[in-house]
Amino acid sequence: MNTTHSAILKLTVNNHPGVLSHISGLFARRSYNLEGVMVRPIKNGTAYGNENLSRMWLLVNEKDKLQQIISQTEKLHDVISVERHTFEDSVFAHTENFFVE
Amino acid sequence: MKNINTEPTPSTKLCFSGAQLLIKLLERQGVTHISGIPGGANLPMYDALTDSDIKHVHVRHEQGAGFIAQGMARATGKAQVCFASSGPGASNLITAIADAKLDSVPVIAITGQVPLNMIGTDAFQEIDTFGLMLPITKHNWIVRSAEELLEIIPLAFQIALSGRPGPVSIDIPKDVQNQQIEIEFFPEPGKAEPAPVFESQQVEDMLQQIRQAERPVLIAGGGIVYAGAAEQLREFAEKLDLPIVQTFMGLGLLAFDHPLSLGMLGMHGAPFTNMIMEECDLVIALGMRFDDRATGKVADFCPEASIIHVDIDASEMGKIMNPTLSILADVGEVLQQANTILQPCTRPLWQQRVSQLKQNHPLVLDGENDLFRPYGAIKAVAAIVDDSVNVTTDVGQHQMWVAQAYPFSRPRQWVSSGGLGTMGFGLPAAIGMALAQPQRKVICFTGDGSLMMNIQELATAAEQDLDIKIIILNNKNLGLVRQQQNLFYKNNLSAVKFQQHVNFTLAAQAMGVKGIDLSQSENPHDELAAALLEPGACVINIPISEDEMVFPMVAPGGANKDMIHGAIA
Repeated sequence: MNTTHSAILKLTVNNHPGVLSHISGLFARRSYNLEGVMVRPIKNGTAYGNENLSRMWLLVNEKDKLQQIISQTEKLHDVISVERHTFEDSVFAHTENFFVE
Repeated sequence: MKNINTEPTPSTKLCFSGAQLLIKLLERQGVTHISGIPGGANLPMYDALTDSDIKHVHVRHEQGAGFIAQGMARATGKAQVCFASSGPGASNLITAIADAKLDSVPVIAITGQVPLNMIGTDAFQEIDTFGLMLPITKHNWIVRSAEELLEIIPLAFQIALSGRPGPVSIDIPKDVQNQQIEIEFFPEPGKAEPAPVFESQQVEDMLQQIRQAERPVLIAGGGIVYAGAAEQLREFAEKLDLPIVQTFMGLGLLAFDHPLSLGMLGMHGAPFTNMIMEECDLVIALGMRFDDRATGKVADFCPEASIIHVDIDASEMGKIMNPTLSILADVGEVLQQANTILQPCTRPLWQQRVSQLKQNHPLVLDGENDLFRPYGAIKAVAAIVDDSVNVTTDVGQHQMWVAQAYPFSRPRQWVSSGGLGTMGFGLPAAIGMALAQPQRKVICFTGDGSLMMNIQELATAAEQDLDIKIIILNNKNLGLVRQQQNLFYKNNLSAVKFQQHVNFTLAAQAMGVKGIDLSQSENPHDELAAALLEPGACVINIPISEDEMVFPMVAPGGANKDMIHGAIA
């Protein structure tokens, strides 16, 4: 696939009802192009208390706005960390076969 | 329950309903007033509220409740609470909460919701309050058990007050409000977290750049108001001889007559202000976000200048402008540190140029001596009252005239809807300011268009017996829209002129508020003075011509140097 305009973000988030809404809502209202989302709970993941954590992989089709996207995402209360990854080093590299016709 | 409620921390297990626990936690946060309206889904909260010392402010529309909370929060800097029921109650709050988000105001909206097992069934007065509040708050919750309140309520205050302040919302299903819970200890009240840590080297770098600049200008934004750092700002600017422009949200940080003050910049800024920005070689942007009404066309904003940006919100760094130096910090802490290490200096050449531009391109306040002209009315009011009054506005021409011409002398004296620009803000915000600071009179400047959007809160003002003066600059039009149609749509006036003129004197009287119309007065100036100086709520109608305009004006999307001037400017 053409990944020249894409970036991969790996998020660690609180596993609450509503956290996916907070993140997808942010991308929608600031018109950031979101091409792919993969999210699962982290096994044995704990935050500061006894809260469960989820790992969220985002395939973002934005280059110029990327720093702004990261800054805005980091502001969300349920987002614990945001990391940049390469496509090859992401969940998306292993799931391409599930997204062909 | 009464004797239990007076105990600060229970020593043995105590039983509360979710609603009683909520009220208890709000008391422990120091909440003194809650504005709102009861309804089916928040009945348990209102039942519990009667056992509390918290004063309830009974509004006539939930949007009024949101703006009253905002008025209190903007006056005090403390987080304030409003209540609404589910469905239309919650949706009526939306505009006031969105307004708080754009102007970074700590408001906590607490709404009732249908019981958990009915969510998703299209139950009576059910809407997705969580989904509606999500994009317009810093964070929001739907509470799924009474126990969660122990964590969420303190956290809500913490988030609303930490970093860049802003609104949060908490949706509480009715069965959660009724759920019984036993607790041993109350959680600690939530409070603001410490601001981000910055390096002293960054402050040194900032001072070095300022020292090297020949034509620096400081832009003071609302972040300095919220940091409570007006004094530090004045000291900093005086010691470094820096001209200061204020953003709309920063008005009052520097007294209007301070020699370093250049007034407000941007779309309706003074000609000299925008011209000085054209010439400056360094912008020191403190606690501001480069709003489009301030910058005009971004590519042409301060074309000669490099930019230092100090703000507490990391996502503002590089969002609009690319600074050569940015400091992520509480602006007050940065100024405080800078003031202890800076070397004072003067800039005679630059100040001479600034004075020259000020003198040659002044802000012309056309009609400032005529009570029935906009600037004249504003100046007359300001001359009658003293500096102790607070001022709110609605949104439109009157708002810009006040921003240009009112002699503000301190931060938090001026409260207006900046980012969202919500007509209907002024009256309920004035009620909130008067509740928070009853020793101060509040002047609410409004227009005949704006006032109609929340006029029902006159009844609330009467009920609360507040010292609020509502000045209507009445042009029988949506004046600022009319102005844009005149300037940019070939004067093709479309839906701006009201065919039915409201008798505001009678409308005020109908709701228990005194009303006067200066056009009916034999001695309008004396009648204005008497109305302003006596205590109590009063609506004062001042007719003005529909042809009045706000000048100068930069066309939306245009560069600040391309100002449109009035006839005599």
